[in-house]
Amino acid sequence: MNESASPARSNGPYFGDFGGRFVPEALIAALDEIDAAYQKASNDPEYIAELNELHRTYTGRPSIMTEVPRFAEHAGNARILLKREDLNHTGSHKINNVLGQALLTKRMGKTRVIAETGAGQHGVATATAAALLGLDCTIYMGAEDTRRQALNVARMRLLGAEVVAVEAGSQTLKDAINEAFRDWVASVETTHYLFGTVAGPHPFPALVRDLQRIVGVEAREQVQEITGRLPDAVVACVGGGSNAIGIFHPFIDDAQVRLIGCEAAGDGVDTARHAATITQGTPGVLHGAHSLMLQDEDGQTLESHSISAGLDYPGVGPEHAWLAASGRAEYRPVTDTQAMDAFRLLCETEGIIPAIESAHALSGAIDLGKELGPESVILVSLSGRGDKDVNTAARWFELLDEGAEQL
Amino acid sequence: MSAVRSTADVLDAVRADGRPAALVGYLPVGFPDVDTSIKAAKEIVAAGVDIVELGLPYSDPGMDGVVIQHAAEVALAGGVRTRDVLRAVEEVSATGAGVVVMSYYNPVLRYGVNAFSRDLASAGGAGMITPDLIPDEADDWIAASDQYGLDRIFLVAPSSTRERLAMTAAASRGFVYAASTMGVTGTRTAVGEHARRLVDDTRAAGAANVCVGLGVSNPAQAAEVGEYADGVIVGSALIRALDADGVGAAGKLAGELAGSLAVAKKPVGK
Repeated sequence: MNESASPARSNGPYFGDFGGRFVPEALIAALDEIDAAYQKASNDPEYIAELNELHRTYTGRPSIMTEVPRFAEHAGNARILLKREDLNHTGSHKINNVLGQALLTKRMGKTRVIAETGAGQHGVATATAAALLGLDCTIYMGAEDTRRQALNVARMRLLGAEVVAVEAGSQTLKDAINEAFRDWVASVETTHYLFGTVAGPHPFPALVRDLQRIVGVEAREQVQEITGRLPDAVVACVGGGSNAIGIFHPFIDDAQVRLIGCEAAGDGVDTARHAATITQGTPGVLHGAHSLMLQDEDGQTLESHSISAGLDYPGVGPEHAWLAASGRAEYRPVTDTQAMDAFRLLCETEGIIPAIESAHALSGAIDLGKELGPESVILVSLSGRGDKDVNTAARWFELLDEGAEQL
Repeated sequence: MSAVRSTADVLDAVRADGRPAALVGYLPVGFPDVDTSIKAAKEIVAAGVDIVELGLPYSDPGMDGVVIQHAAEVALAGGVRTRDVLRAVEEVSATGAGVVVMSYYNPVLRYGVNAFSRDLASAGGAGMITPDLIPDEADDWIAASDQYGLDRIFLVAPSSTRERLAMTAAASRGFVYAASTMGVTGTRTAVGEHARRLVDDTRAAGAANVCVGLGVSNPAQAAEVGEYADGVIVGSALIRALDADGVGAAGKLAGELAGSLAVAKKPVGK
């Protein structure tokens, strides 16, 4: 058995021991409906053409690839290439998934979308697609995250979405997901839950992955054009895991390409304040899927912590749990400090302000470049840009003049 | 210790009594604290509740509305543990009421499905209601509940297809929990119009007993549901009474609910 070289493909419900549907019976019919609608759409040239046209004329695909030699001087002089999902309309990879699901919403005859959001990127993308396609839109966001990401709250409201600040629990992404599920149980006849990552009940992990694969498909071709070969490693940050699975997937059969996910280690994995689910988590059921999660000995979900609201999630998508269990992908923890150091380095060496999520991947790439040396080629998913994080970064680096108003 | 009564036995006894439907009361263990919650559960039994659902507080109760979610948060903040729930089962089942645990799947999975089933049976529990575990995913629980003779109570919803109603009825033991509306727990002004049809369809799909939950909060609603269901499940309203005015208030509401059920019309054909 050589599972690590080539794990079998899965379209769910299970990825090895992980995945499934651990949801109230009331949602099963809706999940079946999405599954059927997606199977049909993905074989329908009209859906594919419509999505491709939106990618080309609205999102700005294909996203470009940027080599960053000045940054790479700090990473063992490896060749580092950034897949620029930050240049997408709305500022992150999230739009890839959202447009696919929004078109699906119309095909199912539903008129409203709801979504959860942590940092706000998925919420902004969903509100954008809803405006574009004429759908009603409600976004659930933890109250703590609405404070951390006030700019994105304003963006969503400008786009016509209702933003609900969730006061329950840790007031972060996990609680926003709970609240969105509650809404969905009561509104499922008219409403599609536009889930933002590769977690949740089947078919979301496979559906969102398929819609994000475009990142890896483009990147695989671009790396070969630029370097004449496949990369030695592909690095991406992992919260729920959608950008990572999107860029990893087209490389899964290339056994020589290492796949490396960077998890948010917050204050450190030896403290109670982190979000390193694969490094420190245990098998359990959260938000509709059996995967790895941070939990106490009674199975109560532990609160996660990261400076990045987008990675502050105590669960992870089931396919990542499987890639970790099979050994095909490696997952490494990156602390807040390490991520912010990489954040600043990219700003100052290349003139690119990354999302703090993506800075975790950049930190991983620095370490990996030092390990692999100057002949190596490292592909990094720059999953989002840092507009939304300028406030956080300004406070972290103490850049605001005394008496300056908050950004 | 009294012999464990399966919920089907309790429902049979209610029918033998000439009452149209059983009263099923839900209270989360640990709200406002473990001892008070046990006292409240005994109080509602004394007031006429036939089956007690003891809730295992969970950090992510996606099927519950604000009242139960808040109660779970209070209970967890107070330090309630899974083993406290088993102690509550033991004390409440000693009253002779049927006692089931209502739990999301993860705490049970973490405890060990087999170990939890063993300890639940040993504490005198009749079985478990699993709001986020469908029969499709329940192989371990089905095996363990067979081994320890526990009721397994799955949910059906207005959106369930006929195939799923049949599959769920076949997998359940004790009763099937019919979620009366598409929504989460909590009081409503009206019980869903779908409830009666869902009960009929679930029976037609092979269920021996069907109890209705979600949205039943007052004696009039209980009487109405009692006309067609084998049991009427009340949760949030009892918790609100307990929260506002203590154990006595929960008992008083349970008594009024039981009273309304005692005089409800007998269901045709039952």
